[in-house]
Amino acid sequence: MSALIEIRDLVREYVIGDQTIRALDGVNLTVERGEFVAIMGPSGSGKSTAMNMIGCLDLPTSGQYVIDGFHVASLSEDQLADVRNRKIGFVFQNFNLLPKTTALENVELPMMYAGVPARERRQRAMEALERVGLANRMHNRPNELSGGQQQRVSIARALVNNPVLILADEPTGALDSHTTEEILTLFEELHAQGNTIVLVTHEDEVGERAKRIIRFRDGKVESDTKYPQLEGVPPHVD
Amino acid sequence: MWIEILRVSWRSIRANKMRSFLTMLGIIIGVMAVVLSSAIGMGAKDNITSQVEGLGSNVLTVMPGATSSGGISQGFGSASTLTTADVTAIQQQDPDVKYVSPVVSHTAQVVYGANNTNTAIEGTNEQYPEIKNVTMAQGRYFLQEEVNSAANVAVLGSQVEQTLFAGERVNPVGQTIEIQGIPFTVIGVAASQGTSGFTNQDDAIAIPITTEVNLMTGSDTVSQILASATSSQVMNQAQLEIESTLRVAHQLTPGTADDFTIQNQATLLSTLSGVTRVLTLLLDGISAISLLVGGIGIMNIMLVSVTERTREIGIRKAIGARKSSISTQFLLESLTLSLAGALIGLIFSGAGAMVAARVMKTGSLLSVSAIVLSVVFSIAIGIVFGVYPARKAANLKPIDALRFE
Repeated sequence: MSALIEIRDLVREYVIGDQTIRALDGVNLTVERGEFVAIMGPSGSGKSTAMNMIGCLDLPTSGQYVIDGFHVASLSEDQLADVRNRKIGFVFQNFNLLPKTTALENVELPMMYAGVPARERRQRAMEALERVGLANRMHNRPNELSGGQQQRVSIARALVNNPVLILADEPTGALDSHTTEEILTLFEELHAQGNTIVLVTHEDEVGERAKRIIRFRDGKVESDTKYPQLEGVPPHVD
Repeated sequence: MWIEILRVSWRSIRANKMRSFLTMLGIIIGVMAVVLSSAIGMGAKDNITSQVEGLGSNVLTVMPGATSSGGISQGFGSASTLTTADVTAIQQQDPDVKYVSPVVSHTAQVVYGANNTNTAIEGTNEQYPEIKNVTMAQGRYFLQEEVNSAANVAVLGSQVEQTLFAGERVNPVGQTIEIQGIPFTVIGVAASQGTSGFTNQDDAIAIPITTEVNLMTGSDTVSQILASATSSQVMNQAQLEIESTLRVAHQLTPGTADDFTIQNQATLLSTLSGVTRVLTLLLDGISAISLLVGGIGIMNIMLVSVTERTREIGIRKAIGARKSSISTQFLLESLTLSLAGALIGLIFSGAGAMVAARVMKTGSLLSVSAIVLSVVFSIAIGIVFGVYPARKAANLKPIDALRFE
C-alpha cells in the first residue's frame, strides 16, 4: 500500500498588496499509515500553511499533494469538503465547537454531513464520547465544559467518521500543563490503536511525545527525525 | 439531511428570539397591510353598494336647477323649476319609467299626546314606496285616492314612531297626531331603512303630496322627482326620456341647457366604485411596498447573521459541509423567518378583519386571494432576499472563516 500522505515540491504563495510571500517553498514529505508525527517550527516557518494544505483547507500554488490516493490539487470545492469530511479529523487549538450545541450534537455534526442516518449517528457519537472519557457530559454545551473537556469533545468529533488522519493544530495551546498531559496521553492511546496523527505545535514538550518530528524553517523542511522507542530527551536540532 | 438542516436553521432562529421577532415584524406588518387593506377595500365597496342600493332600485333622481347657469355653477336644487305637472308628464309619456313620485319636504313640529318632535315632513305619492323599497312594519302606505283627495293621513318613519309613542302602549296605526296643529290619522309605520347618504330615512313622516302642498305654500313646485326605470338595463334610456319630456314641458329651445339635473343611480354607483377601486389599488401598492421593506429587513439581518457566524460556517466547512449545505441552511433560515412572519401576520389580520367587518357592518372581509397572495409573496421574499446572504455564507473560504474573530 502506498503512503498515506505524499507531498512533492509543494509551493504556496500569498499575494499581499504588490508583494508575493512564499509561505511554502518546495516541500517534500511522506507520512505512512500509523505514524505519529509532530510538525514544529517557529512562527512564520510555514508550519501552519503546511497544516492547512494537509487538511485540504487550502490549495497549493504548485506541487503535488496526495492523501489516501486522492490528488488534492485537482479536486473541486465540494470534493475537498468530502475529503475533509471522510478522511481527516480536525482538532483545533481553540476547540472550534459550535456554541449553544450539546457535546453529543457537536460530535454528530461530521456524520450529518456524511449522510449517516440519525439513529446510527447518535449511537456512534455516544461511543466516541465514551472513548474520550466524556460519557457523563454528553448533553452539556461547550460553555458548560472545561477547556480539557472541550478538547476531548473535539477529539471525539475528529474520530467519529473513522478518518485516515487526525490533524491537530496546537491542540494543547489553550490548556494548562495538567490538561495538556491528559490530552497528549489520549493522543498516544489513539496512536497505539493504529490512528495516524499529525500534530502541529511549537512546544518542545508536546513535540517530544511524537515518534517523528518534522521541523520547518522559512517554508522548507529543515529536519525530519524519527525516534524509534527512544528513552530520554530527544536530541535537539537547530 | 434536509430535516437536520431545517433543525439547525430553526435553532438559530430560536437562539436569537428578539432579533428573529423584529425581523419577522417587517413581514408581519407587511402581510397585515396587504390582507387588511384588501379587507377595508372590500368593506368600503360593500358599504357603498349597499348604501346606493338603499336609495331604491333603478332610481333616477331629478333635481331642479342646471348644473351651471351663465358659466357659474349653481349647484343642485338651486332653482324651483320642477312641478307636479312634470310628474304627470313623465308618468304619461315615458314608457321606460315604471314609477314616479314627487318629493316635497319641510320640517315641522309633530305632537302626539304629551310627546312631540321636530321632524321632516315628506309629501310623496303612492308610488314612492315602490321606488325607494319602503316596506311597512305596521299598517299600510297611502293609496292613490288618498293622494287625489289630499287626505290627512300619515306614514311614520320608525324613529319618529319611537319618539312620538314612547311610553304609550298603543298601536300607533289609527291614532291621531298633530302636524303644525292639524290632525292627521296614522295609517302605517315604515320598517327601518337606515341612513342613505346624508338623510336619515327613519326620521321622517310621509304624507300625500297634495296634503303637503296645502300645508305649505300652496305652490305646486316640488323639490325632487324620483323615478324608477322598468329594469336596470333601460336606466340610461329612461334618463333620456325624462330629459326630453322635461325639456318639452319646460319649453326649452334647442341649445339651451337643461334647467334640471338627473342623477342616475347606476352612474353614481360606478363612479363611487371607481373611486374605491383606485383607493384600494393605492392601499395595495403601499402594503406591497411595506412587505418589500420587510423583505429587505430579512436580508439585512441575514447578512449580519452570516458575518456574525463566520466562524460557525468555517467550522462546518472544515468538518465537511458542502457549499449547498451551508447555503440551504441560511436560505431555510430566511424562508422560515418570512413564512413564520406571514403566518403570524395572517392571524393578526384575521382578527383585524373581523373587527373591521364589525365596524363597517359587513360580512366577512377576508379575501382568499389576498391571503394566498401575501403568503406567496412572503415565500418569494424569503427566497429572493435569502439567496444573497446564503451564497455569501457558502462562498466563504474555510481557512478565512476559521481565522475570523
